[in-house]
Amino acid sequence: MNYDAGKIDVAVIGAGHAGIEAALATARLGCKTCIFTINMDAVGNCPCNPSIGGTAKGHLVREIDALGGEMGRTADEAMLQSRMLNRGKGPAVHSLRAQIDRRKYSDIMKHKLELQPNLFLKQAEIVDLSQNDDDTWRVVTRMNAEYTAKAVIIATGTFLRGKIYVGDVSYEGGPDGLFPAAFLSDALKKIGLRLRRFKTGTPARVLKSSIDFSNLEAQEGDNPVIPFSYDTVEHKKNLDVCYISYTNEDTKQVILDNIDKSPLYSGKIEGIGPRYCPSFEDKVMRFRDKKRHQLFIEPCGLNTEEMYIQGMSSSLPEEIQIAFYRTIKGFKNVEFMRCAYAIEYDCIDPLQLEATLEFQDFPGLYGAGQFNGSSGYEEAAAQGIVSGINAALKIQGKEPLILDRAGSYIGTLIDDLITKGVSDPYRMMTSRSEYRLVLRQDNADERMTPIGRKIGLISDERWERFQTKEKQKAEELKRARKTIFSPTDKLNDILVSHETSKVESGVRLSELIKRPQLNYEILKDIDVNRPDLPDDVFESVEIELKYEGYIKRQKADIAEMRRLEVKQLPKDANYQQIIGLRKEAQEKLEKVKPANIGQASRISGVSPADISVLLIWLSKKSREV
Amino acid sequence: METKENYSSSAKTIAAVSTPQAPGGIGIVRISGPNAREIANMVFISKSGKTLNDIKGYTALYGRVHDENEDIDEAIALNYIAPYSFTGEDVVELSCHGGIYIMRRVLKAVLSAGAVPAGPGEFTRRAFINGKIGLTEAESVMELISAQGKQAVRTALAGHDGALEKKIKKIRDMLLSTAGHLSAWADYPDEDIPEVDTETLEKTILEAKKEIERLLSQFEAGQAIREGVRTVIAGRPNVGKSTLMNLLSGCERSIVTEYAGTTRDIVENTVILGDIPLHLSDTAGIHLTDDPIEKIGVDRARSKLLEAQLIFAVFDSSQELNDADRELISAVQNVPAVAIINKSDLSTKIDLEYIKDKFKHIVYTSAISGEGLDKLEKTVAELFKTEQLDPSEGILFTERQREAARQAGECINEAHSAVKSGMTLDAVTVSIEGAISALLELTGERATDAVVDSVFSHFCVGK
Repeated sequence: MNYDAGKIDVAVIGAGHAGIEAALATARLGCKTCIFTINMDAVGNCPCNPSIGGTAKGHLVREIDALGGEMGRTADEAMLQSRMLNRGKGPAVHSLRAQIDRRKYSDIMKHKLELQPNLFLKQAEIVDLSQNDDDTWRVVTRMNAEYTAKAVIIATGTFLRGKIYVGDVSYEGGPDGLFPAAFLSDALKKIGLRLRRFKTGTPARVLKSSIDFSNLEAQEGDNPVIPFSYDTVEHKKNLDVCYISYTNEDTKQVILDNIDKSPLYSGKIEGIGPRYCPSFEDKVMRFRDKKRHQLFIEPCGLNTEEMYIQGMSSSLPEEIQIAFYRTIKGFKNVEFMRCAYAIEYDCIDPLQLEATLEFQDFPGLYGAGQFNGSSGYEEAAAQGIVSGINAALKIQGKEPLILDRAGSYIGTLIDDLITKGVSDPYRMMTSRSEYRLVLRQDNADERMTPIGRKIGLISDERWERFQTKEKQKAEELKRARKTIFSPTDKLNDILVSHETSKVESGVRLSELIKRPQLNYEILKDIDVNRPDLPDDVFESVEIELKYEGYIKRQKADIAEMRRLEVKQLPKDANYQQIIGLRKEAQEKLEKVKPANIGQASRISGVSPADISVLLIWLSKKSREV
Repeated sequence: METKENYSSSAKTIAAVSTPQAPGGIGIVRISGPNAREIANMVFISKSGKTLNDIKGYTALYGRVHDENEDIDEAIALNYIAPYSFTGEDVVELSCHGGIYIMRRVLKAVLSAGAVPAGPGEFTRRAFINGKIGLTEAESVMELISAQGKQAVRTALAGHDGALEKKIKKIRDMLLSTAGHLSAWADYPDEDIPEVDTETLEKTILEAKKEIERLLSQFEAGQAIREGVRTVIAGRPNVGKSTLMNLLSGCERSIVTEYAGTTRDIVENTVILGDIPLHLSDTAGIHLTDDPIEKIGVDRARSKLLEAQLIFAVFDSSQELNDADRELISAVQNVPAVAIINKSDLSTKIDLEYIKDKFKHIVYTSAISGEGLDKLEKTVAELFKTEQLDPSEGILFTERQREAARQAGECINEAHSAVKSGMTLDAVTVSIEGAISALLELTGERATDAVVDSVFSHFCVGK
């Protein structure tokens, strides 16, 4: 018999990166929240790479932080090494990535959950879930505790009916040797959710002292370190380095000789793996001409000798893994500590969700993270905070938070998931955003902090700092446009030495900065009245000026797109009955149930003519009422 | 968070010929949207020197319309200030002399000044959304949309077995593989993906640019072949118009059909000269007259001239130019015209130098030898650039397709100048994707999805 464990506002199932952000958001917004983890020592675990951020993912972390989330702050606190990726490739693709001490990250996060008022962290496996007659949710633990919650956020990651594959060996299990959530899937199916199976994988962890680093290239962090969080003001120092090595023809040969032993190639794994994150054997088979593959050797923490081998994910038998790892330069005598494995798990088709991450057909039920078909800690955390905010707003009877794709990578991620669906675990990339010159990591605060403030997740102190920075940016922008330099020899010498043309008459600072060859730093000596401002202010102003034309055009595109985004479509629309829609469009619209015309226009199979029909139908409807 | 945003506040400015694309006295190009006045000011100069910003709503200016290069026609610009217009947005209507050729030129000028072509029923749709018209009217838009579907089917059928799609796909694939490479390089910095070198990048961009420009240059040629060219044979009585007519009709490859709307004094039929169907109208000459009946004929002839896409101005080599000839010559100065000089046995009296000065193209014909037909065919093909046209390459059919190609071309130019000026490659990528987007509008896909797919299919990326 179950026992009554009490009434709560929000139950969060899973305390990974999605669950943590969700639970912190609901608790901080005043909702009594329980967060359930299958293992108390695995809160905020990083079962794959010991790093946070990366291309586009770094944008997500910045946005989460600017919105009032925790990932950025904790990543800064647990940082081992930090790098701004893609310097020189343009500001749209600058992305921050930090190697982190994974145990420390986990400990800090767990402690933050423990300290958070309104939040209760519990070790429990959720085995049953159903909706009560009064629309509350019944959440049951394996120990027969029965909670009644106004909202439930499912953030089960790879635990849901998780299954591990290493060659012939396979067993039911979660990541990192944890046990899986074996029962919840059936409960979800019972209430009517459509589940599917995805797979992902992780490389081996090896003993540091078994690697010969003498001929390997070290990769140092940036100096100075740029933090993720707008709250991190202290200057951080890099504490460790990564190393680079390459596979070779011998590595490839081991794979080719043993490919039949892969559970993927023998057909044992049915789950669909991510295209961007193939196992090493996948890379070899798909890109046979490639002679070598780059790999990174990353520390897992300061108090451990485990090294993570980025790029060498595999589901081949352990023996074969060891054999091909040992062909790699510096790995001749490598000792495995944990072998690589593939993991298969249950997740949902995200087309069932709304932009709030609430299920269309199940009010009060939300999904976040890998459960929604995404992949990656950052993608998970991004959905976590949005689902948490929306669960709280709904409970408090407030307007939902919908982030659109023109305003953030978080919005782009969610829109992609719920509008296009996924065919493999979804990873964020800068190429997924059509507005990437506007959605930069340097202006995440400008885009997200006012939203976070309005919701109530931004402290007064942070808000004040943000406003100061915005004011500085605006003033510097104005100054750059007003400041005129005379065509002195000194100026022209600078111009010529940077391979750009001389000036004959007075020239504005803003015009000079626009030149691709020039920047603030180069013009330092000539710009004598320059105010003393933080580097990030100059950085933002420089980008705004240099890319002005592009930014202007993208903003026009955004205005055009948002025009359609405010035209809401009713949830109960019966698309089959709208005359003029093509059959394919009717079916797709029925499935996605778009929130507005803009979203409808992004569904593949819905044509511009269908959109016109919808617009007219919509206006007709609004007049009938 | 819903804000009731005015439809017009951020919408693009659209334009279209809003009178039927058929012969008519007056043609109107309507421009609607936030930049309507700004765009109109770029193509219209009033006689009084005022711009559209200087005058009130519901008032008009008289002046001339021009494109980037030259003067097009006289026009009246009517100013409507939002919300007091048909669409509820700022609207300018440019009324010019009717005629397909002139109207298209005016529209083209307006589009290159920054307007985008209105979609089918888009004025009505905007009017409806801004609450300017009721439901009954709006429902006619639905019909328009379905009618457009049928038209699209026809266009597709005429599409030379998807040659256009193949052509666009070729350009798109070229750009996609470059954008995919650039994206993989940016999104997977750990995968040792080689940097796209500027030289290769520039080569691809120039190649795409060439292909897009070719598509654009073939648009009008394709239109000439597909829809034919409204041709007027003009000249005084008895200068040899019938000779020319016989020559054209006697052409072996010709098909002669009665053309609807034949009037008493204008004979119309269609012949195919080379590849181009010519819808011929034979007009009375233009001259000043007080006779009211004759005046009707002359006025009609005049408006025919203005509607024409091509004019054969016929002269008799044995007669000196008179006032009527001179009036004809001045009337055809802004329209593609060929001077046809009919040779007779009598001695040459015509002022050839004057004609050479006024016409770029001159063809001599002779009824007796049948001479002149080949030259005429070549001249017309040259005028409409149909010689270089290869339908198997794919041709843009509609104004919207052309606009998509034009936008793609613009983005490509932007990408090119970004590469040349040393901009970072993220900006170049955005421009290339803009071009892909414009091209994909024709096939209904989304650029970002296509680029992401390209990354995964061509690059070995992952953890």
